[in-house]
Amino acid sequence: MTDSTVISVTNLVKKFGSFTANDNLSFEVYEGEIFGFLGANGAGKTTALRILSGLLTPTSGEVIVAGYNAKKDPEKIKKSIGYMCQKFSLYPDLSARENIMLYGGIYGMPKVLIKKRTEELFEKLNFREYGNRMIAELPLGLKQKLAFSVAVFHEPKIVFLDEPTGGVDPITRRQFWEMIYETADRGITVFVTTHYMDEAEYCDRISIMNEGRIVALDTPEGLKKKYNAKSVEEVFVRIARPVNNQPHPPAPSHR
Amino acid sequence: MRTILYLIRKEFLQIFRDKFIGKAIFAVPIVQMLILVPAVTFEIKNVKVCIIDMDMTAESRGLVSKLEGSTFFHVRFSTYSEKEANDLLHRGKCDLVLQIPSGFGKETGQGRQGKILASVNAINAVNAQLSWAYLSGVIRDYNLNIIAENAGARTLAALPQIQVTNRYWYNETLNYKYYMLPGVLGILILAIGFVLAGLNLVKEKESGTIEQINVTPIKKYQFIIAKMIPFLIIGLIDLAIGLLIGKLTFNIPFEGSIALLFLCSAIFMTALLGVALLISTISNTQQQYMFTGFLFIIIFVLMSGVFTPSESMPVWAQKINLVNPAAYIMRINRMIMLKGSAFSDISRDIYSLIIIAAAFTALAVNRYRKTV
Repeated sequence: MTDSTVISVTNLVKKFGSFTANDNLSFEVYEGEIFGFLGANGAGKTTALRILSGLLTPTSGEVIVAGYNAKKDPEKIKKSIGYMCQKFSLYPDLSARENIMLYGGIYGMPKVLIKKRTEELFEKLNFREYGNRMIAELPLGLKQKLAFSVAVFHEPKIVFLDEPTGGVDPITRRQFWEMIYETADRGITVFVTTHYMDEAEYCDRISIMNEGRIVALDTPEGLKKKYNAKSVEEVFVRIARPVNNQPHPPAPSHR
Repeated sequence: MRTILYLIRKEFLQIFRDKFIGKAIFAVPIVQMLILVPAVTFEIKNVKVCIIDMDMTAESRGLVSKLEGSTFFHVRFSTYSEKEANDLLHRGKCDLVLQIPSGFGKETGQGRQGKILASVNAINAVNAQLSWAYLSGVIRDYNLNIIAENAGARTLAALPQIQVTNRYWYNETLNYKYYMLPGVLGILILAIGFVLAGLNLVKEKESGTIEQINVTPIKKYQFIIAKMIPFLIIGLIDLAIGLLIGKLTFNIPFEGSIALLFLCSAIFMTALLGVALLISTISNTQQQYMFTGFLFIIIFVLMSGVFTPSESMPVWAQKINLVNPAAYIMRINRMIMLKGSAFSDISRDIYSLIIIAAAFTALAVNRYRKTV
């Protein structure tokens, strides 16, 4: 399976001053899979994701994404990936169409292709009536779907999603995951962070992060078997809070 | 290049979608020209004078009436108490106290030296010097009269003297509006560059939209240039509006080439946008930007020579002006508009400005980080 490795991380460390956000991470992600990155708030998910997408420089360790080294060639990585950040970041004072045109243009897509795909996308999302409205006026669920569509619009090899369903209602979340499946079927690798444990069940493989470290990495089934749990949520609770209920060592004072 | 065009299109969409900014960028030059150009003047009229005439002779009254006859002086008070006069000066009721001691008429009548004392309110040093200069002029005139009378000649013309005839070149009527307007045109586009372009980039940082841009393979220079060009265009449009107002309202003379003026303004604007974007790549919030940006605006404008001649600033200040884009454009604008200077006359300033523009732009590109 190593032939189709699209992300390879070895001993990744990221420090902000004395605070270690990512503590010696090593993992691989394979082409076309949906890779879930789980962890509580502040576990270091976003930091890792930003390093993988070339927005942060690792302190040490080797990170290869889409064949390029994240420390030396972050700009080359950026050509092959899509990215949807935690905070909604399309231009609120532009319409959906204008946002798509802008990003399609930045990624060097021909104008005709941008227009054709935009129509297809609006058809698929049942979005036609919203196409010319300012993004600021759209409901959150639609915004998130649109942000995701923009992230994969240029058909990247990998798409990074940082808590894409935060604050979204269950039905929209469901639809959102259908979009993720469809994307993975097209061969685009999906790297998604979340703290919704039910979403973890939808992933091909998941890694659980706690205080900057990866504490478990397997398929959801594998993890459930290993920890003898009925759901990923149960696995997560057991790992994050050990059964013997020992008091947690005091967290290092961050920053 | 295509990428830059997509980004420029986006900037224009955003600028004109903001209803307030969309209108303000055209209203600002109009307001600025109509207020600043006629308001800022160094001309002094109506210097309020208090006279202490202890002499009360024909000679002293002659001097006072000479003062009253001048357009600059307005004899408001007349007193015999030095204390009262000082008090008036202190309370700002008068700007100048002229004291004529008793015996003034007698002394001058007998062909000896007459003495008078003038006290000028010098809180505003420029005003004080000008008032003093005007007063000296009046007294010199009066002096000539006395000399003429004493010499027994009927007219001044009979006395041998040097007559200086001067002509004010490039601004013959000494119209301050003509002097101010080319400078105000520079300030006008300076404000546009600093406020609009600089805040624009910081706003993207604050709202988080820049993260989505930073994760694309866009080149740093593409991003910075795309942030510059829209405001460069707006600045030049505003310059055109400003010039039009200057022509229609103040009938400003325009001796040189309009194309050269626009070329120089475009280079000036690039330099400013470079500085503004450099500051905004360092700032994280609009507040941080405004605080730092304002400092630069003040320094650039006040040192530029728009209000005070930069040639008379201390040497170290003139050194700073070597990298102050505004100092160049003040000179260039005045040279082109009032003097009709051609490219070859101001080429040194233009080349310097090009170097400054290139340097600040390069710094802004270099300082811009595509990371969070």
